[in-house]
Amino acid sequence: MSNLMTGAEIVFKVLEDQNVKHIFGYPGGAVLPIYDELKNHKKIKHILVRHEQGAGHAAEGYARSSGKPGVLLVTSGPGATNAVTALTDAYMDSVPLVCITGQVPTHLIGTDAFQECDTTGITRPCTKHNWLVKDVNKLSSTLHKAFEVATTGRPGPVLIDIPKDIQFKKGKYIKAKELIKKNNKSVIKFNGQDNSIEKAVALIKKSSKPIFYTGGGVINSGPRATELLRKLISITGFPITSTLQGLGAFPGEDNQFLGMLGMHGTYEANNAMHDCDLMINVGARFDDRITGKIDEFSPKSKKIHIDIDPSSINKNVKVDLAIVGDVKLVLDKLISGIQERYPNFAESNKQEISSWWKQIENWRKKNSLGFSNSKEIIKPQYAVQRLYELTKAQDTFITTEVGQHQMWAAQHYKFDKPNRWMTSGGLGTMGYGLPAAIGVQIANPEKLVIDIAGEASVLMTMQEMSTAVQYNLPIKIFILNNQYMGMVRQWQELLHEKNYSESYTAALPDFVKLAEAYGCIGIRAKKPEELDEKIGEMLSVNRPVIFDCVVDKVENCYPMIPSGKPHNQMLLGDQDKEDEISEEGKVLV
Amino acid sequence: MVKSAYSISTKKEKIENHIIVVWVDNEAGVLARVIGLFSGRGYNIDSLAVAEVDKKKNISRITISTSGTTQVLQQIKLQLGKLIPVHKVADFPKNKKTLLREMALLKVVSSKTKLEKARKLCKKYKYTILDKTDKSFVLEISALKKDIDELVKKLQPMGLASTSRTGVVAMTKGSEIYKQN
Repeated sequence: MSNLMTGAEIVFKVLEDQNVKHIFGYPGGAVLPIYDELKNHKKIKHILVRHEQGAGHAAEGYARSSGKPGVLLVTSGPGATNAVTALTDAYMDSVPLVCITGQVPTHLIGTDAFQECDTTGITRPCTKHNWLVKDVNKLSSTLHKAFEVATTGRPGPVLIDIPKDIQFKKGKYIKAKELIKKNNKSVIKFNGQDNSIEKAVALIKKSSKPIFYTGGGVINSGPRATELLRKLISITGFPITSTLQGLGAFPGEDNQFLGMLGMHGTYEANNAMHDCDLMINVGARFDDRITGKIDEFSPKSKKIHIDIDPSSINKNVKVDLAIVGDVKLVLDKLISGIQERYPNFAESNKQEISSWWKQIENWRKKNSLGFSNSKEIIKPQYAVQRLYELTKAQDTFITTEVGQHQMWAAQHYKFDKPNRWMTSGGLGTMGYGLPAAIGVQIANPEKLVIDIAGEASVLMTMQEMSTAVQYNLPIKIFILNNQYMGMVRQWQELLHEKNYSESYTAALPDFVKLAEAYGCIGIRAKKPEELDEKIGEMLSVNRPVIFDCVVDKVENCYPMIPSGKPHNQMLLGDQDKEDEISEEGKVLV
Repeated sequence: MVKSAYSISTKKEKIENHIIVVWVDNEAGVLARVIGLFSGRGYNIDSLAVAEVDKKKNISRITISTSGTTQVLQQIKLQLGKLIPVHKVADFPKNKKTLLREMALLKVVSSKTKLEKARKLCKKYKYTILDKTDKSFVLEISALKKDIDELVKKLQPMGLASTSRTGVVAMTKGSEIYKQN
């Protein structure tokens, strides 16, 4: 029969049918037949990374900045285990990834063969679903199903483990359309047929202290959800705050936006969450970094929760009204629900919430993101602010690593579009930002892509600079270098009697020389007065840059809700810290 | 003193016992997915019973006896429902509407007099003798957990040598069934 294809051919046929343009990967023994086939598929470009974790994060950056699933291809054993961190990261942050792993031939499975590991066993808890394909005739249907699972419902990573003999074997190819959609739970039905929308409208009308609390679900729902959210905020006149992952769904500089909430959120956002009488959660999940002390979380409010994942409802916080569905569909109904009953709602309701807004303005006056700047030394907040001012005119994509720099970036870089902000929120993976920037740049070739990094994080995946150079990806690695694992240092200062145990990196590389060694540009800024010029220099080159921004070593990230505290007990700065610790001792944290 | 723990909940809620029944595709690794979900998220499994129930549709039925707060039990059901090979999740209330059964095989090895005494102790229960020698017998009992617990306790001084028990299985009373998707 002529229409039989090898397993390796089937893999590429599926990728082509799924409109995949880029895959991130690293070859090895158990995927060689697939790599052998690569040359016959010019439409698919393979990006060779330097470590499989890098492939995973690059695929995440690609997915989050493009709205398309990220695809990675790695070998068995260490190839698969190296990808586990990225898969877990994608699982926590709901990023659609399709990970194809090679496996030892079926007859060797279970014999502790060379580079064998129980890939589906290891990745079971960090994927939406995974498959070990032992029959080549099931390969195409499994791969198509994998794309469907990854991209529908609440998105997430999936993995397909393909033994080497299956890659060689010939089998039938089945198109995605011909697959019978049985047991399809990925499509969450929402038609607004129950009266939940009416109930929500009634709660909205009744409220005098409302707040919208929005998250990554808005971004994941696509550009239409962002448009609808903006419309909803405008027709209600309500204040809005966002989680780390939701930044960009609503313009960061808009007056109705209170900034990010949570552990390092603004004073006004957290106090508004605490004191509100109506909280409307759109696509967020009441994470512990958001809620603080759960028993005292927003005690007086009615809570509406809009989420595509039914298991997010009542998981951490009990809500009064749950609406399970895709954000864009729910918001569409909610907007028409409000407009039908109360045309001109924002105007007619203005009086109702005017004292609430007055209260919010009072909180705003605290200027909780303020910091005391210096003429001698670059303050990290100042560096992010200058970076923002000098790049906001162009369509800029920001990735980050994890730690203080990440929070400063979230606080001081203002986003006005979705899919421009890629950060590891749930898992908190140091080393995410550099490979993610590579993926973002691949998906957005002409755009400015900056990884706002910490020197400790970026060293975890630094080898991917080599990838950036190979593919001429002009990513900018903007390192806020304080020589400490800054967030660890901050916690040790505040909560562990200044015992700076192992949080200082005594031997750092010279980042400028390191840049040169990789074949890219190295720039260093040490003084506040040279910062603008050096940033300008970074932006003017169309090549990858490592920017070593030498900042204050001991700056802390404020505001901060110490863990175990509710939203209305924030530390606003070093002054607060001293007061609280001397008065109440350390029991508070 | 907790220095930097995450927020600690101070609320104490009532722990309830439930029977969760899950219909799944009978495929490799499906039990590991279900069990892994319980261990990974810190849910309890008090007992477990699993077997294929529909050969044609390739469906297995997993019966899990579990305990937790109302919130945890709701999470268990919703999280199970998200697993791809899971067709349907049902929560069987532990009340008069639900039939519950466990089965046990018990081997008693003892002297003749003690064996006789043991047989007398069993009288109260419905059981079947499956195997008998001068020194031993093996009985099968199908009953509620508490009855089996009770019998096991009584047989222990009589020379109970080996106990093999299944997890609980459940069925609703009356004509009503949980429809599978």
